[in-house]
Amino acid sequence: MSDITEKFVLEPERYEFRRAPMHQFDLARRDFFKILGAGIAVFAIAKEAGAAQETAPGHRSFHSEELPKDIDAWLHVGANGSITGFAGKAEIGQNIRTALAQSIADELRVPFESVRMVMADTALTPFDAGTFGSRTTPSMTPQLRRVASAARDLLIAAAAKEWNIAPAGLVAADAKVSDPASGRSLRYAELARGTTLAQSLPSEDPVTPAAQWTIAGKPIPKVDGRSFVTGRHQYTTDISLPGMLYGKVFRPPSFGATLISCDDSAARAMTGVIVVRDGEFVGVAGPSAREAERALNAIHAQWKEVPQISSKEIFSYLEQNATAKSDDRHRGQKGSVEDGLASAAHRLDATYNVAYIAHAPLEPRAAVAQWADGKLTVWTGTQRPFANRDELAAVFHIPESSVRVMVPDTGSAYGGKHTSDAAIEAARLARAAGHPVKVVWTREEEFTWAYFRPAGVIEVKSGISSDSALTAWEFHNYHSGSSGIETPYVVANQRTEYHAVPLILRSGSYRGLAATANHFARETHMDALAKVAKMDSFDFRMKNLSDARMRAVLEAAAKSFGWPRKKTQEGQGFGIACGNEKGSYVATCAEIAADKKSGEVRVVRLVEAFECGAIVNPDGLRNQVVGAMIQGLGGALFEAIGFENGRIKNPHFASYRVPRFRDVPEIEAILLDRKDIPSAGAGETPIMAVAPAVGNAIFDATGVRLNNLPMVPNGLRTA
Amino acid sequence: MPIKIEVNGKRYAVNYPPDTPLLYVLRDELQLSGTKYGCGEGQCGACTVLLGGAPRRSCQIPVSAAAGKPITTIEGLEKDGRLHPVQQAFLDAGAFQCAYCTSGMIMSSVGLLQTNANPSQAEVVQFLQGNVCRCGTHPRIMEAVRQAAKMIEERGR
Repeated sequence: MSDITEKFVLEPERYEFRRAPMHQFDLARRDFFKILGAGIAVFAIAKEAGAAQETAPGHRSFHSEELPKDIDAWLHVGANGSITGFAGKAEIGQNIRTALAQSIADELRVPFESVRMVMADTALTPFDAGTFGSRTTPSMTPQLRRVASAARDLLIAAAAKEWNIAPAGLVAADAKVSDPASGRSLRYAELARGTTLAQSLPSEDPVTPAAQWTIAGKPIPKVDGRSFVTGRHQYTTDISLPGMLYGKVFRPPSFGATLISCDDSAARAMTGVIVVRDGEFVGVAGPSAREAERALNAIHAQWKEVPQISSKEIFSYLEQNATAKSDDRHRGQKGSVEDGLASAAHRLDATYNVAYIAHAPLEPRAAVAQWADGKLTVWTGTQRPFANRDELAAVFHIPESSVRVMVPDTGSAYGGKHTSDAAIEAARLARAAGHPVKVVWTREEEFTWAYFRPAGVIEVKSGISSDSALTAWEFHNYHSGSSGIETPYVVANQRTEYHAVPLILRSGSYRGLAATANHFARETHMDALAKVAKMDSFDFRMKNLSDARMRAVLEAAAKSFGWPRKKTQEGQGFGIACGNEKGSYVATCAEIAADKKSGEVRVVRLVEAFECGAIVNPDGLRNQVVGAMIQGLGGALFEAIGFENGRIKNPHFASYRVPRFRDVPEIEAILLDRKDIPSAGAGETPIMAVAPAVGNAIFDATGVRLNNLPMVPNGLRTA
Repeated sequence: MPIKIEVNGKRYAVNYPPDTPLLYVLRDELQLSGTKYGCGEGQCGACTVLLGGAPRRSCQIPVSAAAGKPITTIEGLEKDGRLHPVQQAFLDAGAFQCAYCTSGMIMSSVGLLQTNANPSQAEVVQFLQGNVCRCGTHPRIMEAVRQAAKMIEERGR
């Protein structure tokens, strides 16, 4: 279980974690909360502060409240037999509400239906640094299992005490404890009745191995599925409180612009409208969204703008502005690249560029804030409720214990909802209004004032021997990040380095972080090397790979795809790519059709093999894998943020193209279930090999090597 | 002058400026929050409702233009606790992840199947092209529409 407590290091490209909140105010303070009911409660004390190490670094500390600091999960067995699991993770469409409940039910030996998850509520759940980094499955699932296993022991002990016998022969199953010798049994509900037993977990509690799972490992449908198909589920954007006003924020015309003067008299004159000016923050709240919009449009301001670079110049800028000293953590060295290159029979150098892209979650950033007696309650769609709480406490100068943040199951995030912008805005307006306020960002705000996946430049130098083995590998990533930067291929002489560059656009985490960019560069480069070696792309990879799990996904994908395939039509091409990150492995094969006349590139078929250890829920996993493949097509083919003079040039779905039904190819996902390997997260890695597989297929079809993401924003027109 | 609209078989008189998007009235006035705001620009389909039986982007329809035509929202599909076949098919297929697009997808699909009971795959693609799913659940949504068409045919027998 070493991966429960493994040190979690934050990747450098999570730029948004290190930035101060968008707004800062001067303010006042206050108090507290409390929880739980009768029954049996078990707390997981994070060993060696295991999950507590998932604390984001930054300018302010986390968790300073009355709940024990080192708890990271707990479980409650109610007197009515209901089981409640508590975890600080947020459900954002990745289906962990179902998967976590499955693991609890499995370990506690109760029906799945009796388990309910309370998630991402700073008043009710243990501290959690956030739902990111594919951490929920490898870290939270085993913790909840250990808690459930301890609760089971506790229930057995309670029954033994009741019967005045030794607990050794007793069996827990079907939500009851039985004594096979006498045939007696007691339901968990009966054992929990009247007790208020709380116990923290022993340091090690063995959990059920994957091969013996009965509820986990099954394709259980998403809990509350019915509330989603009936429109009944309340996202943050759907919450409505009595007396609630609708808030809007007056945005600068460009990034970094500062307010010179502002005339808000017309807005202030509107009935029921309040206007808030606090430093650079200007916002309004009105009785309806419509009136808030009218008030916003009635404000006129003068701004001082600052010159800044555009998307046209970004790549040369990144290369020229790397900070001299990059963190040692992101520098890898083995052997001598110089010697490896000198001894190479063939050398190949190339540069790869990746554009800024937007998460564009369909539910925009939103929050509802309510103040009462100096305490602040906020509902918001965020991946980091506790960080939101702390930032709210800081900007309003109140104790963290006076802030409660709740995350309704959210309309997706993809790494894009780590900050507390909307929460702070709603809270600031609500404080001034003396009413609850809801802020929902417009699509244009979402495309402009959120943060982006950072752009990057990647330089690769490489050499192979006359028998097609890698002799040297040098890999430099400028700005986009260090995730997935290490090559999985066997090469004795290598150097990998991430070069930090000061931010241009507000940037941060995105599904898979820089691993998508680094995989694109590496797997495109490997394909090009295979051509130099005059080898099949699959064979060349296999020749240079020793990692058995990587070989297994490559073989599985290739087999289902029918690799190697013969071309049967003009413009047809096939590509392959693979990768690993965060404990899981992926290989993707692509078939594309290129129309040489029109320049149109169509992805015809994608086959992907994915392996993340023991599968917790194959149905949810398949949704995540297929979803990542389709989302990956956007960044591969056409998604890119254009910017100039501090303005986003395409802040709409009409101008920022995302994958739609017509872009979706025939898709096959092969899920390799390794019950002998601890489950890893699956939200990110399945996106990583899509772009290079497609790019390699385009090369196969056309002989054109595309080294920049997105590859064909305007069709296949090479300059 | 209040504007009279009929939503899910109920009549309402609402006091909103006539050019207010129908979406705002549904969500903020009638508390029918199943219809979602995704872009406000008619580009994502999250706000799709049936207006006079045809799927329309409610963020682009002024409330005044919705008067006199029956409006159906996602809340109006379930009858006596029984899901509409399209809802049932989405549920059966697990055709959602974050599910924020689901209301719009379902309403568009209902609209499609009302005029084309047995659409080809290409017709479904064409029809749903204006609905964005950022989670990439498209293949299951396609499958759900196929299954819904079957279910409707069977229920009709």
